[in-house]
Amino acid sequence: MIVAAIKPTEHLAALAFAGRHRPRVWEPAPWIFAIAFYFAFPNYLGFGTELLVTILFALSLDLVLGYAGIITLGHAAFFGAGAYTVGMLAYHGIWNEPISSLMLAAIVAALVGLGSGLVLLRTQGLTLLMLTLCTMALLEEAANLGHEYTGGFDGLASLPIPPLLGLFEFNPLYPRTQYLYVLIVLFIAFLFVRTLIYSPFGQSLAGIRENTLRMHAVGSPVRARLITCYTISAAIAGIAGGLWAQANAYVNLTTLSLDRAAMVLIALILGGYGRIYGGFVGAVAYMALAHFLAKLYPTGWQLGLGLLLVVIALFARNGILGIGEALLRRIRAKHMPQ
Amino acid sequence: MILGVDVASMILGGVAAGMVLFIVSVGLSVTMGLMGFVNLAHGAFAMLGGYIIVLSMNYWGVHFLPALALGFVVTAAVSFAFERLLYARLYRATELDQVLFTIGLVFMAIASVTLVVGPENQQLVLPAMLQGQVDLGFTQYRTYSIFLIAIGIIIVVGLWLGFERTRIGAQIRATVDNRRMTESLGINVDRLFTITFAFGSGMAALGGGLGAEFLGLDPQYALKYLVYFLIVVAVGGLGRVTGVFYAALLIGVLDFALKKYIPKGGTLFIFGLTILLLLWRPQGLFAGRAT
Repeated sequence: MIVAAIKPTEHLAALAFAGRHRPRVWEPAPWIFAIAFYFAFPNYLGFGTELLVTILFALSLDLVLGYAGIITLGHAAFFGAGAYTVGMLAYHGIWNEPISSLMLAAIVAALVGLGSGLVLLRTQGLTLLMLTLCTMALLEEAANLGHEYTGGFDGLASLPIPPLLGLFEFNPLYPRTQYLYVLIVLFIAFLFVRTLIYSPFGQSLAGIRENTLRMHAVGSPVRARLITCYTISAAIAGIAGGLWAQANAYVNLTTLSLDRAAMVLIALILGGYGRIYGGFVGAVAYMALAHFLAKLYPTGWQLGLGLLLVVIALFARNGILGIGEALLRRIRAKHMPQ
Repeated sequence: MILGVDVASMILGGVAAGMVLFIVSVGLSVTMGLMGFVNLAHGAFAMLGGYIIVLSMNYWGVHFLPALALGFVVTAAVSFAFERLLYARLYRATELDQVLFTIGLVFMAIASVTLVVGPENQQLVLPAMLQGQVDLGFTQYRTYSIFLIAIGIIIVVGLWLGFERTRIGAQIRATVDNRRMTESLGINVDRLFTITFAFGSGMAALGGGLGAEFLGLDPQYALKYLVYFLIVVAVGGLGRVTGVFYAALLIGVLDFALKKYIPKGGTLFIFGLTILLLLWRPQGLFAGRAT
């Protein structure tokens, strides 16, 4: 065979492609930071938990937006579906064991994703954008109206969440359990997504994003792939929503709002979409800014956020990670003369 | 008979609201149809116009009609500058970049208005001529609603004539149908777009001022009604003046009637209906021929 005769070392690009799924040296860094945060800032664990949930949510959005190229404004629909599943089951005393509740949240969100994906993903562009937005608004309005079950505008407060595995208490004032619990779930979800995007399935998603017509031409089942991806992403977003409800012990309409959908979109874009660590970097940058600035100057924060978005859209389309990659390329080019 | 009067007044109210929706949304439909640009900041231009109109009336004592003209001119000028300096850079960018850019503009508009004017609602005080009721023969009705309907009809006829009977209207229709072909015929599409964009923003400003009486006017305006404007455009079809007109009337009357009869579930119904309509006709209900 001719292919075998070519030494891989002669083809750096092929070599890089074949080995791109291998873990890099720096990849444990975010997790070390996350564990260090637990010990270093015991007073900020509530903020840390919120941050980890946002990262997980951004990760799910990245799968749809960054890898499959589906532009959605309504991803909070799934976050809310997960949050309300956990909230309603616990509040009405039907089921509240944390881990299995989380799985139920994932299943419900996945069903919402599958159902809406089956009809929505037939469209594209503005129509798709509008449909995702309307679906989310529809769910929000339904949650607002069904106040007997959902608590309406006030939501459901003081959810009775039992200790994790019967051992670790969820304390709302010292959210140590919450932080570690969310971190572990995030890590598992991350491993799953990382495996997924480097698999042939993930590769075909990138192909659909880059050139849908050509993927049709090579016989790829485009619609089935998109729907599968949308459903998986919805399940992960549902887990994020379920975690949010468990960690805060309440659920309300903000979980389904355009604000939340826009927030996670902005965080992901800020970090750089289509990169698995984009959500990490973006969520940290966004949440840190929001946490410290928004309290001091809420109006100034909104102005700055708007300006940031305009600047990103005009000049830095790949976010913080994109800037980093460009810098790295420049440095490497300097040190490696042709 | 009572029921007939009830229905008539409901339709009148809905049509008046629909006229405002039309005046705001028509520019959005044409600019989206021309360039495929997802302009979520359209509501911000409507808000800017609304503020200019209402504040110039309240603080400088400008009369209603000159204030409307002022709002139109200033907003058109501002949007002209924005289009040339910023929007033009993003015509070939992805929809995502356009969405982010225009959401950013919306945030900046909300924050700027809050900082400069304040977060409270601005009250539009109608001139005495437009206050009170007018006798329509079969029923009494609010003068202002009748005024809105009259203005709306004048604008839709004017726009229709401009679209169907003038040279620039023909160029716009040609660009919406096939942009490449139009460009290769030597029509300057960029210039066309700048003109339409400024004009459409001016119309949005008019709508912002005319609707301030019942939509209110506060910094959240730019975001609050955006979904309605987008629904009208999506249902009416891109770049179709008449389509947007029918869609605006439909949504206006439906919204008015639903708020009256099912005050709680009305919005739910509008969103549900929009989803169904878009699934049935993704190009818009009144798009006519496929492009």
